Amino acid sequence: MNAADKYEAVIGLEVHAQLQTNSKLFCGDSIAFGAEPNTHVSPVTLGHPGTLPKTNKKAVEFAVKIGLACNCAIEEKNYFARKNYFYPDLPKGYQISQHTTPICKGGFVSIKTSEGEKDILLNRIHMEEDAGKSIHDVYDDFSCIDLNRAGTPLVEIVTEPCISSSEEAFQYITELRRLVRWIGICDGNMEEGSLRCDANISIRLKGEKKLGTKVEVKNLNSIRNVKKAIDYEINRMIELVENGGTITQQTRSFDAGNDTTFAIRDKEEANDYRYFADPDLTPFHLTPSYIQSIKEQLPALPQQRMLQLKKEFGLNEYDAEQLCDEKATAEFFIAVAQHTGNYKAIANWMLGPIRQHLNETHATFDHCSLQAKTLAALISIVDEGKVNFSVASSKLLPVLFTTNAHPLQLAEELNLLQVSDTGELENWVNTVITNMPDKVAEYKKGKKGLIGLFVGEVKKLSKGKADPKLVTELLQQKLS
Amino acid sequence: MFSFSTIKDYQAQLSEGTTSCVEAVQYYLQAIAAHQYLNAYLEVFEEEALQRAEALDSLRKGGASMGKLHGVVVALKDVICYKGHQVSAASKILEGFTSIYNATAVEKLLAEGAILIGRNNCDEFAMGSTNENSAFGAVKNGIDPSKVPGGSSGGSAVAVQAGLCMISLGSDTGGSVRQPADFCGIVGLKPTYGRISRYGLIAYASSFDQIGIFSQTVDDAALVLEVIAGADDFDSTVARQPVEMYSSQLDTSKKYKIAYFRQALEHPGLDTEMAASIQSYIKELQSKGYTVEAVDFDLLNYIVPAYYVLTTAEASSNLSRYDGIKYGYRAALSKEDDLTELYKQTRSEGFGKEVQRRILLGTFVLSAGYYDAYFTKAQQVRRKLVDTTHKIFSNYDAIIAPTVPSTAFKLGEKNNDPVEMFLADIYTVYANLVGIPGISVPLFKHSNGMPFGLQIMTSHFDEVSLLALSRQLMANH
Repeated sequence: MNAADKYEAVIGLEVHAQLQTNSKLFCGDSIAFGAEPNTHVSPVTLGHPGTLPKTNKKAVEFAVKIGLACNCAIEEKNYFARKNYFYPDLPKGYQISQHTTPICKGGFVSIKTSEGEKDILLNRIHMEEDAGKSIHDVYDDFSCIDLNRAGTPLVEIVTEPCISSSEEAFQYITELRRLVRWIGICDGNMEEGSLRCDANISIRLKGEKKLGTKVEVKNLNSIRNVKKAIDYEINRMIELVENGGTITQQTRSFDAGNDTTFAIRDKEEANDYRYFADPDLTPFHLTPSYIQSIKEQLPALPQQRMLQLKKEFGLNEYDAEQLCDEKATAEFFIAVAQHTGNYKAIANWMLGPIRQHLNETHATFDHCSLQAKTLAALISIVDEGKVNFSVASSKLLPVLFTTNAHPLQLAEELNLLQVSDTGELENWVNTVITNMPDKVAEYKKGKKGLIGLFVGEVKKLSKGKADPKLVTELLQQKLS
Repeated sequence: MFSFSTIKDYQAQLSEGTTSCVEAVQYYLQAIAAHQYLNAYLEVFEEEALQRAEALDSLRKGGASMGKLHGVVVALKDVICYKGHQVSAASKILEGFTSIYNATAVEKLLAEGAILIGRNNCDEFAMGSTNENSAFGAVKNGIDPSKVPGGSSGGSAVAVQAGLCMISLGSDTGGSVRQPADFCGIVGLKPTYGRISRYGLIAYASSFDQIGIFSQTVDDAALVLEVIAGADDFDSTVARQPVEMYSSQLDTSKKYKIAYFRQALEHPGLDTEMAASIQSYIKELQSKGYTVEAVDFDLLNYIVPAYYVLTTAEASSNLSRYDGIKYGYRAALSKEDDLTELYKQTRSEGFGKEVQRRILLGTFVLSAGYYDAYFTKAQQVRRKLVDTTHKIFSNYDAIIAPTVPSTAFKLGEKNNDPVEMFLADIYTVYANLVGIPGISVPLFKHSNGMPFGLQIMTSHFDEVSLLALSRQLMANH
């Protein structure tokens, strides 16, 4: 038995999601990413003497939204607490956060892994303000502080220690990212730090009930890195224990340069944060009717949509999954489905030529210039045999993206309607038979597969307008 | 020759043309210069005040209507932010710091035509009862310069006492307006917590702090209050309820129902002559038809400890922002010093002893292992006090008490015993713990020559009764 098989990993994830409100959690400064350093800084952000915080209601609404989307219980009585510690990018010397009363409690996020479905249990989701940024690598002698980010609203989504592999962690964050984007509270961009993840990792012998000593890994700026860091850390711990070592409670950082982690501080250096209710902010009470109204505003969530696409529209698992990758994609499908009953064709069009066109033009379903009605009409004329699929996708679709003209009229204008007039078809078929005597002979000797070649030649000759079904029938007649 | 009695009289003279804003400002500038030894001002906005006076005069002469505080010469305690002006909280740690915004109270003063003449000395970060904790030297009592003016708003009190402005704004976290008003023989009003926006008031203890008003008369305090009180988008703890027109509701002959705490007047710490004066004053009020009754108040000995636990806890956090990183004083460091050293040296050199004492105390009471024994317990005391207070005001309109247990101390007299100094706050911290309004009105004179006041408190947001009763008592004394 492999030494590693004796152990199991216990992982808990803390995900910070920046809420995409217009302004900061406690003042009117913008939270836009990428501005010149220290330009979104009012006296409140700067922590100037005498300034006071004022809660951004939109941020509270967003926090409730993610809580509801994750099946949490929403706390009605809330207050903000101060978490006291000194750091240069923390202008007030304390972070306004929630402590004993997170706005959302419990809940779960369902994921799929190679081993099946699993509910990742949440401990809590709480609100807090982001710190500024310390920049240490510009000057040798001093560090720079950019306070643009200071005060940006965050929710911290904390799981129970119930994740048992890097794959589960990967799927969980992927699902969580889809969820925050889906409900429009966070852009989910890990590279820009809108979504950040810390992983608490420990190992224990299989069957052991007690949790092992945990290590917290920070600085995981992509979902792949979360997976890599967890894998590295589990191996490191197992190796350490197998070699007679002891795991110490540490905070470690992931080095994306070589996919390893390194210690940044030990537990002994932990702060006493001296939490207490922030006296500058009054407690805020969320009424059941307010929570209900947010619930009603929530869009159908990804898993509900997937179920709908499978059950109501008969799509297969793969198509449903692909179409529910983003909310706009799923909604586009639903919109087209209002105009045509050929649901499978919608899926094929969306996941094939339309997605390709969007990719090529750097567009998304969010801002798709093709109207649902136009696509539905396009599908209809293909179904009716007026235009074949390949002509429709290569010749009509690019034009429709810009004009949204009626597909049938467009096909007429461009002279792309399929020809089903037997007289004209016969001419083309005869020409092909005359031009290819050798192949015809082969066919007649029994090489029936050559029928495809003949059909192709007719298509070429007709510039795609010949109805392939009719052509095949005609050829078979003539060659029999 | 210019002389000031009330804002109403002054504005009548302005209207009649018998005086001008310029004349008033010149008068105060001369008075300030003549009383520099009192050390009441840290900075005088001489040029600016004169320019504004000229502008107001010409506006008025051009027929423009007068704001409620048109031409009123106001001084600010050095904890209130005034855009483009230095504000230091009388601390070295804010050395050279200029505010980039106006406190809401300042905005409102300016909008009604007030003239800001300077900033007043005070105890560092409003922590103290004598104004000896200023990084810029002690303030002296204008009645007897060997005595303290009280604190922490000592400079603001002396500025009104000595006629160095008409009105001054202070801040009152545990008596810092009422106590110096008592020591200086003037009116000192602390409104209900949340009545005036705290935006732009440098925080000492956020759930206690309230801007207060010093004046010679209750009428003037009432008028200023109705200007600077009210809702504010920048302060979520400020009250939303409408501001009453206090100045027009003062004239009443209502015989208020008054309570006093038996334990307060029998307290061994209270000066016996003062106790006797107040006792006989109570009899006088009763003979005039007021109901004045003793109520039992067995929480008296808990209020000072609860107050110092809670205020220092909040202060330890509120003062964390003064770290030498962003603004203000930063210690000179050597190359080897790290970030922790920067914090340590900056804060050790920048904060005075009393401020350091309170930061350490507050850090201690919030620290793991002591939190419940101190902070949580003190919060429980506070809640109990609020309940008790509600009960009292269901039967009475007002509570009266001494403002301070003694008259003004000698300079240096109490510096070596911080606990004794804390205990002198016994009568004032109660109103801050429960958030009710309180005022000290100058009714008495001690045989030692110093004035002392009577403290009046009413229920939350009942400034109308507070001011009307105060005015009755001052008028009939």
